[in-house]
Amino acid sequence: MNGISEVTERYLQLYKDNIEKISGISSKYINSFRAGAFEKFRELGIPTKKNEAYKYTNLNIFFDHDYKSYFLPVESDFVKAEKFRCDVADLDTHGIVLLNGFYPTINDKLRQLPSGVWVGSLNEAATKFADKIEKHYGKYAKSETDGLIHLNTAMASDGIFIYVPEGVILTKPIQIVDLVQADDDMFNQHRNLIIIEKSAQISLIICDHTLSPHKSLTNAVTEVFVGENAHFDIIRVQNEHNNAGKITHTFIHQEKNSTASSNNMTLHGGLIRNSTYHHLGGDGAESHSYGLFLADKFQHVDNFVNVDHAFPNCTSSQLFKGVLDDMATGAFNGRILVRPGAQGTLAYQKSNSILLTDDAKMDTKPQLEIFADDVKCSHGATVGQLDSEALFYLQSRGINKREARLMLMFGFAHEVIQNIKIEPLRDRMDNLVMQRLKGDLSRCASCVVRCT
Amino acid sequence: MLIIKNLKASIAGKCILKGISLNVKPGEIHAIMGPNGSGKSTLAAVLVGREFVEITEGTVTYLGKNLLEMAAEDRAKEGIFLGFQYPIEIPGVSMVNFMKTAVNEHRKFKGLEPLSASDFLKMMREKKELVEIDSKLANRSVNEGFSGGEKKKNEIFQMAMLEPKLAILDETDSGLDIDALRIVANGVNKIKRPDNSFIVITHYQRLLDYIVPDVVHVLYDGRIVKTAGKELALELEEKGYDWIKKEVENNIVA
Amino acid sequence: MEKDQDKILSEVTTGEYKYGFYSDIEMERIPKGLSEDVVRLISAKKMEPEWLLEFRLKSYRHWLTMKMPTWPNLKIPAINYQEIIFYAAPKQRTNVNSLDDIDPELRKTFDKLGIPLTEQKHLAGVAVDAVIDSVSVKTTFKETLAEMGIIFCSFSDAVKEYPDLVKRYMGSVVPYTDNFFATLNSAVFSDGSFCYIPKGVRCPMELSTYFRINSANTGQFERTLLIADEESYVSYLEGCTAPSRDENQLHAAIVEIVAEKNAEVKYSTVQNWYPGDKEGRGGIFNFVTKRGMCKGENSKISWTQIETGSAITWKYPSCILRGDNSTGEFYSVAVTNNHQQADTGTKMTHIGKNTKSTIVSKGISAGMGQNSYRGLVKVLKNATNARNYSQCDSLLLGDKCGAHTFPYIEVDNQTAIVEHEATTSKIGEDQIFYCNQRGISTEDAIGLIVNGYAREVINKLPMEFAVEAQKLLQISLEGSVG
Repeated sequence: MNGISEVTERYLQLYKDNIEKISGISSKYINSFRAGAFEKFRELGIPTKKNEAYKYTNLNIFFDHDYKSYFLPVESDFVKAEKFRCDVADLDTHGIVLLNGFYPTINDKLRQLPSGVWVGSLNEAATKFADKIEKHYGKYAKSETDGLIHLNTAMASDGIFIYVPEGVILTKPIQIVDLVQADDDMFNQHRNLIIIEKSAQISLIICDHTLSPHKSLTNAVTEVFVGENAHFDIIRVQNEHNNAGKITHTFIHQEKNSTASSNNMTLHGGLIRNSTYHHLGGDGAESHSYGLFLADKFQHVDNFVNVDHAFPNCTSSQLFKGVLDDMATGAFNGRILVRPGAQGTLAYQKSNSILLTDDAKMDTKPQLEIFADDVKCSHGATVGQLDSEALFYLQSRGINKREARLMLMFGFAHEVIQNIKIEPLRDRMDNLVMQRLKGDLSRCASCVVRCT
Repeated sequence: MLIIKNLKASIAGKCILKGISLNVKPGEIHAIMGPNGSGKSTLAAVLVGREFVEITEGTVTYLGKNLLEMAAEDRAKEGIFLGFQYPIEIPGVSMVNFMKTAVNEHRKFKGLEPLSASDFLKMMREKKELVEIDSKLANRSVNEGFSGGEKKKNEIFQMAMLEPKLAILDETDSGLDIDALRIVANGVNKIKRPDNSFIVITHYQRLLDYIVPDVVHVLYDGRIVKTAGKELALELEEKGYDWIKKEVENNIVA
Repeated sequence: MEKDQDKILSEVTTGEYKYGFYSDIEMERIPKGLSEDVVRLISAKKMEPEWLLEFRLKSYRHWLTMKMPTWPNLKIPAINYQEIIFYAAPKQRTNVNSLDDIDPELRKTFDKLGIPLTEQKHLAGVAVDAVIDSVSVKTTFKETLAEMGIIFCSFSDAVKEYPDLVKRYMGSVVPYTDNFFATLNSAVFSDGSFCYIPKGVRCPMELSTYFRINSANTGQFERTLLIADEESYVSYLEGCTAPSRDENQLHAAIVEIVAEKNAEVKYSTVQNWYPGDKEGRGGIFNFVTKRGMCKGENSKISWTQIETGSAITWKYPSCILRGDNSTGEFYSVAVTNNHQQADTGTKMTHIGKNTKSTIVSKGISAGMGQNSYRGLVKVLKNATNARNYSQCDSLLLGDKCGAHTFPYIEVDNQTAIVEHEATTSKIGEDQIFYCNQRGISTEDAIGLIVNGYAREVINKLPMEFAVEAQKLLQISLEGSVG
């Protein structure tokens, strides 16, 4: 490809400078992907607005920056990580902490939960569960257009590994607290692999927090295999400061009759891009993709969803909502693809955004691509203000305008939140969103950074 | 309680109300009837302060105050309640939260402390029983997914919760089956006290079998063309509106 | 039942194109190929003034720097521009005033198409500009219209007679740099229609242009310019057909509309170019740039299109809503059957305050057809109280076709309300059964349902053409029921 951009060059160089160290601490199998992915990244580069999938997001604000470090761990880092405590009341989970994308050594690198579920470091699992890694790693995170996925494959060396054996139903959710903490401006990447075998069931909560005030950029890839008849829920809670850039790519591959849901709750963050890929790879699979974001100041939040109906009789839904204040900008890019032969498809998509100021901006691009006829697909998108009819209805019951607006905004957001099945987390989200909407809270309780 | 004098109003430049005068005293039930498009709902809209209606002339005095100057929520707190013809669905806003906010706003206006959660729930329970509303409805979002009848019952339930001084029911009977109609009417009768008043807007006489009006007005082409006792409703039921139309036209000719 | 339906479906989708005949008219053609000399030759043939030649050359030079766009959801075979004849005209004096001067063969052609060149009484409500290949042959009711100050003539005549108007408006809505095919058109356009409605005049009849491609190996590059001055109204209709041939032929047109203060323009298209045969051989490549500018306050431009023809359609009739309170509308039915492909939609750009736009798009895919809706609703920062409602429905007949929707919504003003809805589904079996139960055959039922589905759009057409469009819809889907 002619003309590699300056910003891409920066990351090519980063690879060259670090690849030896990275390879040195990773398993052979994971390393075997690196050279190919690097070439692919060189070809595709850091996505620009010319890339349809990034049409409304300027990544350069975060990518074109001289990060002081590409994170590689030292022991002392992990001690700090272990001190972090989640402050959600009554939330009983199997907790794991990930620091700058690495799995702390302070615990066992691989831990077996009572039910036979394994959680731990991907890098460690690559040796211990070589067969499983070889079966699934790199199989779902594929892209012909997004260089960032290849950048991750080329350079990520650790992340979370979760293995749920056949038939195991884990009642307590697993919670990954994904911390970013550094003394300098830092770029980091991690890679998660989650394998849920036949008829198994888990819920996963990922909480993204940035603890240090420095500029940081994360480019994370998560691959999920959901076996036949299995259930999987993933909830991502993002509450970061304005100096934090977070790019996540989540690939959920589903087998026959499986059910999966994804819920991206973005409360705060400088630049957020969540790409969620749902691959309905077996008859009768069902997927749900939810997203809520509240953005203000100069924040930018972009949700990209791709639902691929590759097999017949699958059902999918998408519900994405955003409230944009100040100069914030938002984007929603949702695609439903129904492949030839995927008869009996039901696919539904809804995207609603509210602009609170004249300087806020929202770009929406829903897409339907349908190659089978026995389908019912629909999408609806709105961008606008609060419904004036609803506002009047509330006022006519004696509720003042400010309160009525707040109620409507909360109701608007709650439609997404109500899909969280874990009750304490759902309540916590309601609470955080309410506070955020009231303007009482512009940062996460445990955050040390005061965003202005 | 409510005195309307020569009220004229238009929507998007089109004159809808062409001079209406009405006097509602405490404890009275007024029925306003009339064919479609006569301005019945516009009158209700004016009374509760919808902004799309432009008042071009006339005055409305409510409890001695100029009603037209008041914001919609203040009218509500002063005791005016509208049972909407088409209650809007508000997804994500739960009935409980909605009513709690409304009730406490009313209490604050009266200088009362907000109700505690348990007192509020108790009140909800009582009122639900009073109007025979399915308790499940109260756990859902406001009107969301409600059937036509459920929405109307929900309006009556809200009326019971807010205990208005003047309740305006805008075609509350439309789209109701006979059982729902009876529930709605019973709700109204239970809420009725000697000091509160009702304006019942309806197209048919049917509802007035259950809610017996003191006065019946016929609204036609933006004017009240006939006012009489409850027997007028029966006459209308029997003969339709055509004779009124003719009478009006003859009057104009004459 | 399913099997039967498939059979009927395949029968319905194999209907014949009825306008595929070729007329043996004596023609003058220039050699095939494209170069600066060809551009000069076209201009010379038309005896154009220097400024227009300059415009063409400027466009041609710019075109050489451009690449064919790849973003449409279309598979377009490579086009060899050196194999196309860029100018072909019947050998006769163009735009004659007496009917006797017209080649009888030419008259026969238009009669056969149902477009009489005589000013017949029963068609008194419609004035026609008839364009064959590169030139306009006859404009009817010219004099009647002239009495009201309405100018309706061929583009070539307009260049000669109203150069100031042409100069002022040509390229003002679609600049010569706009896109690959618009730039090509700007270099080689041959003829087209010109229309000017003066201040305060309501045009008393439908104006229409009928485009016919007749010669082999030619491309048609016409240009339409329509100006509605303050407080005026016009309803305009275009239709088009071409002979059946195994080769693809290129049609790259431009339509520009300007609506001044309080003016209203209704522009309807019934596009029935040769769609190619059942195997996908031949057919017209219909790559058209249509755009209207609501320049003045309270102006309104409404596009209605029934797209049943062409092998490949690539067009986005758009509105730039610059004037405050201006309104843009787009109503479309696009049918793709057999191997047809369409990527069509609209752009609504809200610039002025209180601007409104409505989009209703109905796609129907049958056979192996691929049908894409692509639209952009853009609300600029100062476009206070902008409103848009879009509805894009797709109907699938058969399991080998595709229906795609690509709406772009870009909102930069908080007072805007933009709503988009889209659905895709196949024809309802229970609807068909309901009809069957009432004694209606499956084929007729599908016809009924499809027509019902498209009705909202067809109703927007002038009455004279609504019936025509309805028939066309049925014919296009003949042999495709499923």
